[in-house]
Amino acid sequence: MDSSTIEFIQQLINGLSLGATYALIALGYTMVFGVLRFINFAHGDILMLGSFAGFYCGPWVTAFTRKLAGNPDPTRDLTGFQDWVGPWESLLGLALVLVVVMSACAAFGMLVEFLCYRPLRNRPRITVLITAIGVSLFIESMGQFIFGAAPRLFPEIISDRSIDFSAHGEQWAGLTLLRSQVLTFLVTGLLLVALTLLVKRTKIGMAMRALAFNPTACALMGVNVSLIVSFTFGLGSALGGAAGILSSIERPSIDPLMGVLFGLKAFVAAVLGGIGNLAGAVLGGLLIGVIEIMVVAYGPSTYRDAVAFAVLIVILLLRPAGLLGKNVREKV
Amino acid sequence: MSLLSLDNVTVQFGGLKAVSEVSFSIAEGELVGLIGPNGAGKTTVFNLITGVYAPTEGKIAFAGKAVAGKRPYLITARGIARTFQNIRLFPSMTVFDNVRCACNMHLKHGISHALWRGAKVAAEEARIEAEVMELLGIFDLADDRDANCKSLPYGAQRRLEIVRALATKPRLLLLDEPAAGMNPTEKVELMKLIRFVQEKFALAVLLVEHDMKVVMGICERIAVLDYGQKIAEGTPAEIRANPKVIAAYLGKEASPEPTVGGSSLH
Amino acid sequence: MKSFDRTKIVLLVTIALVALLAYVCNRSPEFLQSRIYDILLGIGISIILAEGLNLVNGYTGQFSLGHAGFMAVGAFLGSAMSLGIAFPYLDGPTWAGAGWTVIFKVLQQGFAWLVNVFFWLHNSLVGLATGLPGWGKFLIALIYGGSTAALSGLLVGVPSLRLKGDYLAIVTLGFNEIIRVIIQNAEPLGAQRGLTGVPSNTNFFWVFAFAALTIYVVHNLVHSTYGRGFLAVRDDEIAAESMGINTTKYKVLAFVVGAAFAGIAGTLYAHQKQYINPEGFNFIRSVDIVVMVILGGMGNTVGVCIAAVLLTILPEILRDVAKLEWLPIWLREVAENRMIIYSLILIILMLARPQGLFGGWGKKKGAA
Repeated sequence: MDSSTIEFIQQLINGLSLGATYALIALGYTMVFGVLRFINFAHGDILMLGSFAGFYCGPWVTAFTRKLAGNPDPTRDLTGFQDWVGPWESLLGLALVLVVVMSACAAFGMLVEFLCYRPLRNRPRITVLITAIGVSLFIESMGQFIFGAAPRLFPEIISDRSIDFSAHGEQWAGLTLLRSQVLTFLVTGLLLVALTLLVKRTKIGMAMRALAFNPTACALMGVNVSLIVSFTFGLGSALGGAAGILSSIERPSIDPLMGVLFGLKAFVAAVLGGIGNLAGAVLGGLLIGVIEIMVVAYGPSTYRDAVAFAVLIVILLLRPAGLLGKNVREKV
Repeated sequence: MSLLSLDNVTVQFGGLKAVSEVSFSIAEGELVGLIGPNGAGKTTVFNLITGVYAPTEGKIAFAGKAVAGKRPYLITARGIARTFQNIRLFPSMTVFDNVRCACNMHLKHGISHALWRGAKVAAEEARIEAEVMELLGIFDLADDRDANCKSLPYGAQRRLEIVRALATKPRLLLLDEPAAGMNPTEKVELMKLIRFVQEKFALAVLLVEHDMKVVMGICERIAVLDYGQKIAEGTPAEIRANPKVIAAYLGKEASPEPTVGGSSLH
Repeated sequence: MKSFDRTKIVLLVTIALVALLAYVCNRSPEFLQSRIYDILLGIGISIILAEGLNLVNGYTGQFSLGHAGFMAVGAFLGSAMSLGIAFPYLDGPTWAGAGWTVIFKVLQQGFAWLVNVFFWLHNSLVGLATGLPGWGKFLIALIYGGSTAALSGLLVGVPSLRLKGDYLAIVTLGFNEIIRVIIQNAEPLGAQRGLTGVPSNTNFFWVFAFAALTIYVVHNLVHSTYGRGFLAVRDDEIAAESMGINTTKYKVLAFVVGAAFAGIAGTLYAHQKQYINPEGFNFIRSVDIVVMVILGGMGNTVGVCIAAVLLTILPEILRDVAKLEWLPIWLREVAENRMIIYSLILIILMLARPQGLFGGWGKKKGAA
């Protein structure tokens, strides 16, 4: 394999790992859109809150798990599977941080829904949209107020290192895979499986699908709509929190406005895949991640943040329902 | 020559054929009824004629020219106006402004004139006001000209929709259940009015209505839809006697004395 | 209908009054240097921005979140006109090496030609304007800033037409970001450094004459049979189409007129501050303008005007509050971060009074 192919594979991996975080956030947009038919502008900021929750609880958890393991040297040599995912105590730490942060974000998402969106359930969409913009700005500015506007360094929950491929043959030289990328893929995969099971196999998942299909009929069948909406917000926010942790492990500089661009790009991902469609959100997320990284690698990198919007405009012009979405007509 | 003709028109939403190979025509000045059970595709036919939906197959011609798939405002400009089953007035506007909006299409001045407000614009606005007030007068709405349209009683809102449609100066008027929700006296009044404007403005009218008394009493010809297909067409007397129509309304094994639903057939 | 063209007289009287006030202002050099004067100009610029956006968001019901993008176009191209900045022409692609990339090269060539036509127009205009006296050049800069912004409004408006509500908001926000990123990459416009040394041409007269013109245009557009089309589009698009109203035309028109005034406001802003940076025209700036429109009540000219005044003064007051030493430190920090207060205004307003603070005021019944 020549070096340009290796370079391409490298960028593909980087793109997919960025895309995995977009996918997790896009799922939140898509699920809320499914049940409430509105775009939760503030969803991107949940990612920021997740990152900061991890920032504050991360050192505690890692100290706890390392104590549990008898304070091993974090830079020690590992072999086998551990080489790819890190020592067991940091895996446990990551799992704990994820559980704590996801629960916190879920609680926060449900609180926002209860305080700001529920009173507006039957109001015009534009009112809800403006409220969502307000909530988003409020979380961001309160974040600047409480956490400070300057970027912070996310704690090292796992000791990140690149995994060398040259041992597997000369042709792989130059290809690096970060441990954080492996973990991103693993965690995202696990969450997706869990989400699919939840939506397809459980009673509450069935209620969510029913609500997305026909809200009135769903309410008439005795489903507690408020409960399902609340649950959906919690679920979406939990995934957003997880995305915050995963993205911060790979890009450890975090600040209160980090959720804006992340959220917008994830929204584009949700639209690209077809809003309201779970598989579409994942597909869209991965695509946006790859496209963004490819533009940075092979195109004008200064246009990085404009790429997602260009994609959005193109998709809305060519196929407004998204790649996997269905056309919906307005009833006249 | 017919004013409007539908030729094997089909529209498909996903896997569902909402309207399937429907053909019929309306002559100049004719009053035609379109009836059928709920969900038969009557409103969809309206949406096809007015360009809200484009047909999957088939041709629609108005005054000799194909209109299928054209934008609604262009079709309205050709001379087709409509009302809506679920009233669609402009909720933020007064009664007068609702009708005035429909005169927009016939304006002879553009944006620069509207900004400058010269004598030409003033004359045209005065002319529009006179026209609108005349129409409102016919439908007994002149006194409410400055009221918000949503504050009107339901029946008056339905009449206002007809006035608004008339203000576009159509040759064909499509009325989607204009008498829905009215009491019997109001219905009779309305039907008289429809007859009156039909003659006064030399209109052709296509009327969707559930109340058989109304339809049978006023229409010259009736087409019947069921499951998106035209099952019958003819004079009111023919339709009344048509076994297919009775079956569509009452089910296949209809008893001679209907007990549920379409009792108004008799 | 007798008083039909009274608006023209009102406009002329207002402009005469503005000229008189501007003359009085000019008599006192200290006043021209004062903070009050600065805030006054800021108020006028806010009114132009908010009333322009009110036509789009309020009267036409197309929720745009990208007004600062149009402002940026006006600010940078208007300043380029004043500073006599010419654009170097784009090169076409290198045609060496064929294969399937030739498609991209053809596209690139076409793009380069298109942009070069615009550059040629720009450069010729710059050449023509060089000899003019200060105010003439400024007037050309204003008109140029307004028309280029209108052109960008057309470019944004056309693809956005199919979209409604939330989608439109995010796409316009996206266009705002794209415009900003393009300017950040445009070396002749100072790229990320921005433009400095823009002549200080903006004064009381220009700002308030244009503010009066904006209100006149928006008012007359909306209060006419022609302009009722905007409201019809907002109220019910399908019904509007069925009544013979070309909704596409009205949406694009609203975008173009709104963008034109944003461009003029941008040029005025640049010639007031004498320094502009692309970062100053980001999505937060757009939200500032949106909050004015919402607070004033969407589609309420008087209310939006009042809101523009209030929300221009508010940050200045907050800045003073933040300096008060006897206040608790957290309160001073809140005052420094106006977005906390803006976002709370938005949320509380939507929960308690979605029609805006002044919604329902100043609306005349019947014909205009």
